[in-house]
Amino acid sequence: MICRAPTLEGSDEDQLLRVSLGPQHPSTHGVFRMNVVLDGETVVRLKPVFGYLHRNHEKIAEGTSYLASMPYTDRLDYICPLSNNWAYALAVERLAGVEVPERAEYMRVILAELTRLINHTAFLGFILGDMGAWGSALMYAFREREKILDLFEDLTGARMMANFMRFGGCRNDLPTGWAERVSVIVNDYGPFLDEMEKFLVGNEILLSRSQDVGQLPKEQLLNGGITGPMLRAAGVNYDLRKADPYGIYERFEFRIPLGEKGDCYDRIMIRFLEMRESLKILRQALAQLPEGDYIHPKAKLRNFKAPVGEVYSRIEGPKGELGFYLISDGATNPYRYRVRPPSFVNLTLLEDMCLGLDLADVIIILGSIDIVLGEVDR
Amino acid sequence: MNADPESILGLLRGALPGVHISLRKNPGPSAQHSLLIEASGLVEASRFLRDHQEFDLLSNVTGIDWPDPTKADKVAPTEDEGAIAPEVGFLEVVYHLFSTTRRVGPLVLRCRTKDRREDVRIPSLVSVYRSAEFQEREIYDLFGVTFTGHPDLRRILMWDEYVDHPMRKDYVAPDDYEYEPTPHDAVLEKAKVHYPAPS
Amino acid sequence: MNQDKMETPAAPARWTWPGLGLLQGLAVSGKNFVQSFYKKERMTTVQYPEERAPISPNFRNFPFLCYDGDDPKAGLRCTACTICEKECPPQCIYIVLDRDENGKSLKRPKVFDIDISVCMNCGICAEVCPFDSIYMDGEYELSTDDRFGGLMLGLDRLSKSADYHMKLRPEQATEVMERRKAEEEKKAAAAAAKAAKAKADQEAKEKAAAEAGASGEKGDEA
Ligand code: SF4
Ligand code: SF4
Repeated sequence: MICRAPTLEGSDEDQLLRVSLGPQHPSTHGVFRMNVVLDGETVVRLKPVFGYLHRNHEKIAEGTSYLASMPYTDRLDYICPLSNNWAYALAVERLAGVEVPERAEYMRVILAELTRLINHTAFLGFILGDMGAWGSALMYAFREREKILDLFEDLTGARMMANFMRFGGCRNDLPTGWAERVSVIVNDYGPFLDEMEKFLVGNEILLSRSQDVGQLPKEQLLNGGITGPMLRAAGVNYDLRKADPYGIYERFEFRIPLGEKGDCYDRIMIRFLEMRESLKILRQALAQLPEGDYIHPKAKLRNFKAPVGEVYSRIEGPKGELGFYLISDGATNPYRYRVRPPSFVNLTLLEDMCLGLDLADVIIILGSIDIVLGEVDR
Repeated sequence: MNADPESILGLLRGALPGVHISLRKNPGPSAQHSLLIEASGLVEASRFLRDHQEFDLLSNVTGIDWPDPTKADKVAPTEDEGAIAPEVGFLEVVYHLFSTTRRVGPLVLRCRTKDRREDVRIPSLVSVYRSAEFQEREIYDLFGVTFTGHPDLRRILMWDEYVDHPMRKDYVAPDDYEYEPTPHDAVLEKAKVHYPAPS
Repeated sequence: MNQDKMETPAAPARWTWPGLGLLQGLAVSGKNFVQSFYKKERMTTVQYPEERAPISPNFRNFPFLCYDGDDPKAGLRCTACTICEKECPPQCIYIVLDRDENGKSLKRPKVFDIDISVCMNCGICAEVCPFDSIYMDGEYELSTDDRFGGLMLGLDRLSKSADYHMKLRPEQATEVMERRKAEEEKKAAAAAAKAAKAKADQEAKEKAAAEAGASGEKGDEA
């Protein structure tokens, strides 16, 4: 690939074209805007513009009780509400030293891994849409996603806005037969992934549009705070489920798939591999699921107070490190509530990835970062 | 695994003798203690941590508004002598560092501005950790901390013409809604016209 | 790229025979296309509004208030304690306590409004209510042409009978019914015991008084 050193100064001013991509653009995955400066087809500058969906979630959370922030976390990354629920519940549990019963831990793992399946499946559909395979791939992905969402609806009462985790467990127990239905889905998912792989992986359009696009050196990615599949696609072995275990992930056997080059192709493939690992975790968790309480008997719903102190707690969300930073001054509402959104931080290096490439590649790179604007803008 | 700020404190003091650093205990169950670093030495300290202590990931940067300085010392108290208790309210920036190779973290660094209105400067860490770029812009936008040395310090979530800093504790939310159907608290007063007064 | 080859996490194959991938992909779409005509689980379309897909028994939409018996006003379980009002995350509940002329609380709401244009269907109100009064509804055809008033549900539209609850969520309603019945019986038993005790006390008192009276009389005589 010919990659000219991209500078504004070196190019002829008259030749530059300024394009405002978004905020209403099908490829930007929501209301997100990129101010792109082009020299012919080549990107010489790219500035993302945020805030179209900003509602100051953090300020709202600082004014309400701990419990009342839980439904708002559903709306951060609305593709995977249950991971957000868990991240927040975990942060509050660490802040206040609340215990979680065994069964609830297993339920959380099952839900979080199902969420990872949903997210990565939807991702595959979206990125293929970005590449021009508009329709089929997305529909196949959403068909499978819908089956899991049906499960979520039966468990939590809502397809997406689950509001399910509580400090010290989960809101309600699994309905009868629910775990068996998960097993069915888990067993069907492998063949679905095989089919999806057959559908896509050898496809020349996908290969030529995603290979050698958007890679950056590992060190730069780490320095830019990139986490999650993006980082692992570049070969950095850093998955919080292993590196900083939370919940009961230490009990399960699974591997961390790593890519080699870190281009968009690796980022797509890494999600395939991660889904297969998630299926392994799900099988183990379903087999081991114990009886017992789904919430700690002493868990408090109303008037929950945390002792004075602060905590930064993070989980491996499907998109990367999802952190919550809470400060308690002993009142019923947090003094400071901060979400560390993976999508937002992962956009830091968007410009670096795109410089010197064509405008069409920008779309693929943005798609491969896998952002959700509910989380970016908060 | 939490980092061990006490030993790191010793190392930092050895490496940067001129910089005032104090250990802040976390009274809560999480036991994530932090290091309060003087603004002038922040960049040096983080560079030292990155290059010599393998803290290669700056995960989270965020601001806190402390209009009441005693509260800040309640949440993050210190036993260090020579740590001067602030007299006026201030803004604080908190950094959470991790090491992906040694798999420790978070190492919590804090840095304070002099006050909340006049001198709200803190050196930017973008030259050391690129991941601070957007997060510092966010703090600038929502808290009003000015990061000196930031390459592109603009508002990020609010629009450019906006004047206030919404995450500050004394921020007053606008109330020029088109319609407020469910009145509460302050809005309750105004809504009395529409509702039967609680008799 | 199958699971077993992943001993050392390896990068997937980056190359195939030109054209092979496309053909494979087309075969997959062809299969899916044909399947969508005869496979039962693939034919999921429901002719709304003539038919309706069954809703999940756990499905929650907006809250409703439950009343016992036939009279929505008298049977309302809500005591206007305002716990749900305080806990509601977007603060979309508005309650005014009903009082009699002397300003004494009647333990029921005079106004109970839920603004469903603000409600986020979280179900927290139903979770925190200590009086089994508010539950989540499954009703979803709520569109209206009145943007403000039509989305503001008052007592008249919120109150629904316990039978409705039973039909909507049999499991939950049965559990609540049984608990309430047990509580009522306990209460009734306690009240009966109290009454019995009061009666016994009264009788004892009367007896004592009578005795005292008798002795007094005696004393008088003496
Ligand atoms: S619905 Fe329940 S919580 Fe709300 S005011 Fe009535 S009794 Fe109280
Ligand atoms: S469902 Fe949630 S938002 Fe709606 S009224 Fe109840 S507590 Fe409020």
